[in-house]
This record gives sequence, structure tokens and C-alpha cells, in this order.
Amino acid sequence: MAKHVVATTEEIPAGGRKLVEVSGRAIVIFNLSGEFFALLNRCPHEGGSLCKGYQTGLVESGEPGEYRYSRRGEIIRCPWHAWEFDIRTGQSRCDPQRMKVRSYAASVMPGAQLLEEVPAATTFPVRVEGEYVLIEM
Amino acid sequence: MNNVAATPSLDKTAVQATENGPVDCDIHTRVRTIADLKPYLSTQWWNYLKTYGMRARHGFAKAPPFPKAQPNAARRDAWPPDGGFPATNLEFMRAQHLDHYGIAYGIMNPLVATGQGDQNDDLSAALATATNDWQLDTFVNPEPRLRASVVVPYEDGLASAAEIRRRAGDRRFAQVLMMSRTAEPAGKRRYWPIYEAAAEAGLPVGNHVFGYSGWAGTSSGWSSFYIEEMTDHAVSCQSLVTSLIMEGVFERFPGLKIVLIESGFGWMPALGWRLDRAWERMRDEVPHLRMPPSAYLRKHFWVSTQPIEEPERPEHLLDTVDWVGPDRIMFASDYPHWDFDDPRLALPSALGLERKRAILSGNARALYNLV
Repeated sequence: MAKHVVATTEEIPAGGRKLVEVSGRAIVIFNLSGEFFALLNRCPHEGGSLCKGYQTGLVESGEPGEYRYSRRGEIIRCPWHAWEFDIRTGQSRCDPQRMKVRSYAASVMPGAQLLEEVPAATTFPVRVEGEYVLIEM
Repeated sequence: MNNVAATPSLDKTAVQATENGPVDCDIHTRVRTIADLKPYLSTQWWNYLKTYGMRARHGFAKAPPFPKAQPNAARRDAWPPDGGFPATNLEFMRAQHLDHYGIAYGIMNPLVATGQGDQNDDLSAALATATNDWQLDTFVNPEPRLRASVVVPYEDGLASAAEIRRRAGDRRFAQVLMMSRTAEPAGKRRYWPIYEAAAEAGLPVGNHVFGYSGWAGTSSGWSSFYIEEMTDHAVSCQSLVTSLIMEGVFERFPGLKIVLIESGFGWMPALGWRLDRAWERMRDEVPHLRMPPSAYLRKHFWVSTQPIEEPERPEHLLDTVDWVGPDRIMFASDYPHWDFDDPRLALPSALGLERKRAILSGNARALYNLV
């Protein structure tokens, strides 16, 4: 498992996302209120680009007529057939037992630490004063 | 929310267009705005439209009766870079759909601003003619893989027949286009001039689901949810099929071919069984029928795949395909709509290569005479 630098934190503001390519794989990075998450940019249903999807929340109901909306922005809806996935885990909302989008551990590291600890991690230009998003793959 | 920092193109799955590629029987090209039709409308009709607008036979005259699951019911990645609606920009549609999937031919079924079902029959007729000219100029002439549908003002049978005869013999048109929910059941005689002219021109009549007749998709009023409308189409299409058969349309026009677009086909065997059983007992009510109703169903109807039924057990789909006829089912993507199908993934492998080829390409080529 290697760490790959894929973005500066400034590139992906809260609520934003970035599509990157790591080892030939398209990965979409999300920023949920300062926490970063990485998902394979391929819907397990028919391969839609999740990066082009709509970020929404979780709608639940205890009984007819009742709606509960929570986790605003933490669910990604595929731009094609509207399958929904939990950005934090990749778990499918419509078929959670069988369906999952591949997720990768994402973390943030200051440039100084990065240059010291994982110098060979990437060709991504790293400066001492910057802050970077890494994923493990 | 939803600010996309960067979206480089990483899609390496595109395939080259080939002559043997799939035929897509349902592409929803549309006007950017109604002004796209202005060059094809008389000054009188253009002024009429600006002053009075269109009048559909239902509420929400400027919107569909049910809000859709995605904006304009479209894939979220189908909005072209020029800011227009999905399937308005030929160059973008070529790249995203025709070239991407190697589509050999695409049949266009425009649904927006076509005037079909409008209360004003003469406006409906003028808009149909304009839409047909617009399809040729905007899409078919610059992109020979595309074929137009003859949009007709279907609530006016005679005006529709005149429009069909105007286009007869023009190979740029593949079929006549109606909507599934008409003001009266589709087999009633007011619609017979359409069937007569279509059969005479050798054009199938495509019946696409929806239609703004004012009737709900159910037979018991308006349902609450879009998810109900999605499945109500199969219900209203059963009435359409039953009416066409029982009224004797196929006895009167034996060459008539009907394509049911976007209504599925899993319901067909059950309808056929039920009709046959009733007919055995009540033949004298419809003495003009010379064969069991299911025989008309199998002889005169074709269906499109999207949205194909997806049963838990694939063998149930195979049984249904057997009943309907593997030569009667044709691939459709429904591009650019959000529930579209990918030709590489839409058909289960259990169908086998030969049937998949027929459904993806051969059946439509034969029906629409695409060579």
C-alpha cells in the first residue's frame, strides 16, 4: 500500500471534489467539512462518473408522512441512474448488502512532514508551506 | 456544495463507431427553445404562440405532471458546454453518445415543444410539420446516422395522415411517432387515418410512453409519486394494445406495425393470456377478429428495451423474451434521460450472443429498413 499525493487542500474546498488519476485509476476526492474521502470514480452499477454526480443528504422516514433529512452533502448520487453511495464508506444506499463503490483511505499532511516522511510518494509538486491530500492505494 | 474542482477526462471506455454497431431506437433530441422552430412556422403561428402559447390537455401546462428524479429527467453529465438542454447540441451528443457507444443508427423521438396532443388541432399540425423539418435540418442532414420520426398531430387523424404522406418515401424518416396516452383509446376510428397512411408509407408507428391527453396513467386517477408514473406506463400501454387489437385495426390495416417505446414488455404474456381466454368465450362481441388476440400482439408489435425488466432470476426474463419474440425486441438507450441504458450492459449475458446481436442491432435494421 503506497501513499499518493493527489491534491493540495486548497484545491478542494469544503463541499468540493476533485477527479484525479492514480496508477491508471480514476479517483474522486471529496471534502466533507474538512475531512477528505476518496472513491473510485466508477459507479458499480454501470460505470457512471461519480465525480459528475449530485451531492445530497440522507432521506429517511419512520412512517408515511414523516421525512428526516440528515448528513447533508455526504451522499453522492450517480449522474446516470441516481444510485446513491455514502461518501464516507462507499456503501450503496439502494443495495447496501451487495453493492459498494471502492473507497481509499485519504489523509492530510503538511508539506514539510510529507517531504520528510514520504519523499518518493508522488510526482505531485510539494512545497514545505503547503498542505496536501494523500490517498493510500 | 457540488462545486467540481476539476474534471479531466479519464474515460477510456469509448469504442469506435462501427457499421455493425448497435441501433438505438430512442434518442430524445429536442429544441433549445421554441424559437428553434420559428423558421419553420408561419408568421401567424409564431405570433399565436407568442400571444397564447401551447395548451396541453392537463394541468401544469409548462411542465410535466410529475417532477422528475433528475433535472429535465436527464443524465447530469448530458448538459452540453454551451449551456443548452441535453440532446440539443449535435457535436456534444456525437461525442458522448453516438461515437462513445459506436451507435450505427439512432432513431429520434422528440418530446418537447412538438405540439402533440395540443388542444388547438391546427397549431398541433403546424408544430408537427415544423418539428419534422427541424429534425432534418438540425440533426439528420448533418449526421446521417440519425433518423427522424414523423411527428404527427395525433388527435387529428386526417391532419396526421397528411403529414405522413408529406414525408412518405423520405428515408430520413424511420417511423411515425405517437404518444401512448391519447384522448381516446388508440384503436378508436378517429386515429385510423394515421394507421392507414403509415401502413401505406411502409412506416411503423412508434408509440412512446407519456402523452398529455389529460388522462392519468392509471385508470383510477393521478398517483402521488414519480415512481408510480414510471410504472404506470406499462399499465396504460396495455390499454393501448388491447384497444388496437379489439377495434380490428390490424384486420383493416394488415401491414401496420406498432413499436412500443419505453413501456417494458414483461406484462405482455399475461395480457396475451388474459385476452385469449376472454376471446374464447366472447368472440361474438368482436367478430371482426380472425385470430386470438395474442396472435395480433405477436404479429404486429415490436418493443424497445429501455427500461427492460430486470427480474431476480434471469431465466424469467428469458421466458418473457421467448413469448414476446426475440426478433421483436429492439435496443433503446433513452439518451439523454437519466434512466438511459448502455448498449454494452443493458442486456443480460444469459440471452446469448445471437439474441443479443438481434436485439442490439438486427431487429431494428430489419424493421426500420436501415441499410
